[in-house]
Amino acid sequence: MATRTMTIEDAKAGEVTHAVYEHPFLVRLCHWLNAVSLFVMVGSGLQIFRAFPSFGSKIPQKNLLDWPKALALGGWLGGALQWHLTFMWIYILTGLVYVGYQVFTGNYRQVLFVRRDVPGVWPMVRHYFFFGPKPPVREAYNPLQKYSYTSAIGLGMLSVLTGLAIWKPVQFSWLAWLMGGFHLARLWHFLIMWAMLSFVFGHLVMVVLHGWQNFASMLTGWKKDSGYGSE
Amino acid sequence: MLLVFRGFNPMSSRTDPRRFKALSRRELLKLTPIVALGSFAIAGLQKPLLKAGLDFSDWASAKLFRSGHLAPTFRDSDLTPFDRFPINDYDLDDPGVDFDEWTLTVSGAVQKPGDYTLDQIQALPKLTQNTRHVCVEGWDVIGQFGGVRLSDFLEMIGSDPTARFISLECADDYYESLDMATAMHPQSLLCYEMYGHPLTREHGAPLRLQIPTKIGYKQAKYLTDIKVGHVLEKIGYWEDQGYSEFYGL
Repeated sequence: MATRTMTIEDAKAGEVTHAVYEHPFLVRLCHWLNAVSLFVMVGSGLQIFRAFPSFGSKIPQKNLLDWPKALALGGWLGGALQWHLTFMWIYILTGLVYVGYQVFTGNYRQVLFVRRDVPGVWPMVRHYFFFGPKPPVREAYNPLQKYSYTSAIGLGMLSVLTGLAIWKPVQFSWLAWLMGGFHLARLWHFLIMWAMLSFVFGHLVMVVLHGWQNFASMLTGWKKDSGYGSE
Repeated sequence: MLLVFRGFNPMSSRTDPRRFKALSRRELLKLTPIVALGSFAIAGLQKPLLKAGLDFSDWASAKLFRSGHLAPTFRDSDLTPFDRFPINDYDLDDPGVDFDEWTLTVSGAVQKPGDYTLDQIQALPKLTQNTRHVCVEGWDVIGQFGGVRLSDFLEMIGSDPTARFISLECADDYYESLDMATAMHPQSLLCYEMYGHPLTREHGAPLRLQIPTKIGYKQAKYLTDIKVGHVLEKIGYWEDQGYSEFYGL
């Protein structure tokens, strides 16, 4: 499968624009379904956390933080668990389909962060955060993007595995054991959520900075004026 | 899977703005299935959809349950001190059970229904285990529990092997139920001791459930009635308010 591109010729205006098919249908579908389910998982997860907002002992109980109910989903513990145990299936399924599709098509190579991407990370960080020069664009994803997306997929997998260890600490006792037991697995699950949220924050900032054409490509698949991939 | 570097080997085609717009719109419309998730936001649909999701999770939980797989057990040094083992009551610490008069009433699909005294229950082989108690709220403790295997008791009362559930009533109007696979698990106890002493009133004296493969709210206290059956009329105090029916750990 080669990169699909399109040359759009506007005869009237005498303009020629290039577009690249960046996001195949399954990737877009999984992205949005997963985004919605992540939102639900975080909201309901925080409501579940409100039932025992601590990672210490029950007696005596020291609360870590008083998370506002307005920023949680489900209304009460039982309701939140219903949301959590329903949307986790969508979260897992879309994750599996995405990873499976990327591996099957070989597309994972354009997004998977590998060793040869390491030297390119710092120039991108310097560009984004310290006003450094913009490194030349050579591929669909720059090294920092690859690092972010690969981390997000890794965090997604860890969120499922830690969640499984909390939900089924007996049937998956080996998983809970790997994480230092049920008690710690619950802490990892919580911390991974915050790591994922920091990715989402950075992701959304970048979406805003990169404008409409970039955002639209996650809806239609096609990105105009990508600046690479055209003749 | 092809292992060639794809780089930039474009499959290019030409079009005009109008056709490109139509193509984009078509691609966008393919994503409409996502809108179906909006049904979770519709008041009348939300409840049945979440119920279906929870039921699916319960179905998967029952599939994941393995009769022979034991819950982890712990050393005595890992035990949570007895005074730091939480007491979760739903309305009162002590329903005032009269220990002299107490019996466990057995009914349903059994050969020997009737009232069983604590002595009759304690005559069965005793098992003591250090296991983790996990509350649905998120906290967990490791406790020491002594009692008899629920499976031994079910055998004693001549429980119908084809029965699917057992239902339990409690002195404090709490009630619970268990699937038969869990009831027959070798670590499922009718518990009368904690930390080597008879159950205190706060912990459910004289008899409670202790099922290390289940979540905390399944560990019913102050047992008074046990019924073996093929169908469930009601599930449990919390389950009937929306908690998971199976909640196996």
